[in-house]
Amino acid sequence: MKRWILCLGLIFATVSTRCAGAQPGSELRFCIPSDPRTWNPLLVEDDASETIRYLTGGVLVRLNRQTQQLEPELATAWKVSRAGNAISFTLRRNVRFSDGSAFTARDVAYTIAQLMDPALHSPTGDAFRAAPGKVITRIADPYQITILFPAPVVGLAKLFDQVAILSATSPEHERAVLGPYQLADYRGGSFVLLRRNPNYWKHDSAGRPLPYIQSVRLDIEQNRDIELLRLLRGEIDLIGSLSPESYDRLSAKAPGMAVDAGVSLDSEQMWFNQAPSAPIAEYKKAWFRSTNFRRAVSESIHRDDIIRIVFHGHARPAVSWISPANRAWFDSKLAPHAFDRSEALRLLAHDGFTLVNGVLHDRAGHAVEFSLVTNAGNTPRERMAAMIQQDLAAIGIRVHVVTLDFSSLIERITRSLNYEACLLGLVNDDLDPNAQMNVWLSSGENHQWNPGEKKPATAWEAEIDRLMRAQAASLDAKKRKQDVDRVQEIVWKQEPFIYLVDKDALMAVSPNLHNVSPVALRPQVYWNIDWLWLSNSGSRRP
Amino acid sequence: MKTMRAVALVFLAAVLAASMAANWIAPASYARQFRDQPDAAPSAQHLLGTDDLGRDRFSRLLYGTRISLLLAPAAALMSTVLAGAIGGAAGFAGGWIEVCVMAGTDLFLSLPWLFLLITVRACLPLNVSPVVSVAITFVLLGCLGWAAAARVVCADVRSFRNSDFVLLARASGAGGARLLMRHLVPNLAPVLAAQFWISIPVFILTEANLGILGLGVAEPLPSWGSLLRELESFSGYSAQPWLFAPLLLLVLTVSSFQIVLHNEEVAG
Repeated sequence: MKRWILCLGLIFATVSTRCAGAQPGSELRFCIPSDPRTWNPLLVEDDASETIRYLTGGVLVRLNRQTQQLEPELATAWKVSRAGNAISFTLRRNVRFSDGSAFTARDVAYTIAQLMDPALHSPTGDAFRAAPGKVITRIADPYQITILFPAPVVGLAKLFDQVAILSATSPEHERAVLGPYQLADYRGGSFVLLRRNPNYWKHDSAGRPLPYIQSVRLDIEQNRDIELLRLLRGEIDLIGSLSPESYDRLSAKAPGMAVDAGVSLDSEQMWFNQAPSAPIAEYKKAWFRSTNFRRAVSESIHRDDIIRIVFHGHARPAVSWISPANRAWFDSKLAPHAFDRSEALRLLAHDGFTLVNGVLHDRAGHAVEFSLVTNAGNTPRERMAAMIQQDLAAIGIRVHVVTLDFSSLIERITRSLNYEACLLGLVNDDLDPNAQMNVWLSSGENHQWNPGEKKPATAWEAEIDRLMRAQAASLDAKKRKQDVDRVQEIVWKQEPFIYLVDKDALMAVSPNLHNVSPVALRPQVYWNIDWLWLSNSGSRRP
Repeated sequence: MKTMRAVALVFLAAVLAASMAANWIAPASYARQFRDQPDAAPSAQHLLGTDDLGRDRFSRLLYGTRISLLLAPAAALMSTVLAGAIGGAAGFAGGWIEVCVMAGTDLFLSLPWLFLLITVRACLPLNVSPVVSVAITFVLLGCLGWAAAARVVCADVRSFRNSDFVLLARASGAGGARLLMRHLVPNLAPVLAAQFWISIPVFILTEANLGILGLGVAEPLPSWGSLLRELESFSGYSAQPWLFAPLLLLVLTVSSFQIVLHNEEVAG
């Protein structure tokens, strides 16, 4: 009997504990790096505003960051037309904005009108602009809407993950939200406080309203060291992105808090300036245009050393322009370029380069040297540059590392083109290859090694143009994958970008935060905010 | 006080000698990366351990000291010469010329130095060796650091211009050039010397600040600025007190300069 009473007691205690986590009064705290630049979800560009949008905005469909599949939210069903230029949504009924106004197809139509208004200059809307022309919305009834675009938009449904629905009628405008939280308080330079949206439509299987966490406090903190210190003191509950040093420091002090969610979408790469108009010596341009030269440089860089020393093991050798974290699009047949100095020297010899007294010379007798620019203050990049400098010195290439403030660097690589090689990273949030059309089309402004080509400078660039356009125009998923795989192969062979590493997604999570499933895609920790709950938040320091 | 000065001088001489002898004393090249030993603790092989790329910290400190200690006085000399020429000419000419030059000096003083340095640095050619890059950095410092000293020099020359000995020289028929070279410059020497000594630690610290911004001396060349960057992240110092070696050396060197300078002023 005593045993039964004990068991019942334990069960009761367990249930009480789980429920306690879902009790109102719990507050999740974490830091954002700056004040949000906008409260309008259609104008979001910066990280802080993106965080607010994710936590407050209601969307028609949501990309599950774990499965990388779309899931219904405010739309219970959706269908993209065969031509790819229209999408129909069936909307969820009995949903209300935070101010109590009803959600209908009118709100969706209003949001689309705002999104596509050229006067608004919405960065979110840019993704939908496949061709000039008007976007038309057709409301069949209050819960059925069709949106017609002037041209097919590839990956159309996924784009709606970023579109927070605005109220067409609320006097509160964008402060009336459909997401799990609403703005409660904001002190510039100090914090943003979000409170649970009382009208949020989601409930758990037991009928309890979601989200479990009553409020979210976003402290504005630029200093990453202080952010880590605050986590260790128990003042905040999570850090969405950690540097490898911070991760190791945290692992040593509180191993349970440090999380490596595996490879992310973010990569680091270098490239040579091949633009004909670049104000650099012609013989250098000839080196940079040589596939053998680029491949020799690539194969002389010891990526494993970079990973071990700069990223403390929390990165992978990069393969091509799509990270393995992007499960749907990564070409798993490709392998990272091996470190092979003798092969590099063989490739260089093939192009007429000779190594004389430890210095590499081209056919005309020019000693091979170039400058490598990167942004000042980015310690990992500066370390990578120093390692590349030593690696290339081993094959007789002299590299001058130059660190520039970011705006000067951008001016050089986008406008004056007055640089020889550049080392930078790519922060990628979009899984669809179309997000990088501007990089891979030879006419693209972000076709960094030779921006804005009038016609493709090489046969392989022409092939990439053809393949990227073909996949962008195709609605056949298998065909698109084949085309994108082929582009990855070409990039792997030609190396216009020398991909160095794909960084791991490192983060920190307090043991008080439950139901966390960290992932590589942003927002890595709170992507399932509805289901998170906190224990012991009452014992937190003020 | 004399003892303090002697100690300071001996310390400065020892630091300078050690840095000059870096080629023989340093156990490794400042650029060599011992990649199997990154962030190593001090050992017989690496007296101050290795940095995050596995480079010997002691060697980098020696070479970095050489760069900072050689180039900071060179930049100080340049700025002192500019200050002497500009401030001296304004003070000697007087009238509207002095007003205009001093207004220009005030304008120069009000410029945001750091941003100016960042902008000028960004406009320079990229394909230069680290040695040229460090020389450019210090030339920039020298060219931009004259304004405050020029005001002091101008005030001194103005007071000399109205003094009895200059009046007497003028009455004796001395021309402008003779007045300048025989009467004013010798009297300005202590002021210029003081300005020179004051500028050295200022330039060392400015280069250190630029280094912290990643805009000072180019990789792989070390300087005190680039060495101090290891202290950017404040965590983990208690476990690695040897990281403070460059900071300690900088503080001791700047303090020694101040002690020597103070004694010079007292003696003057």
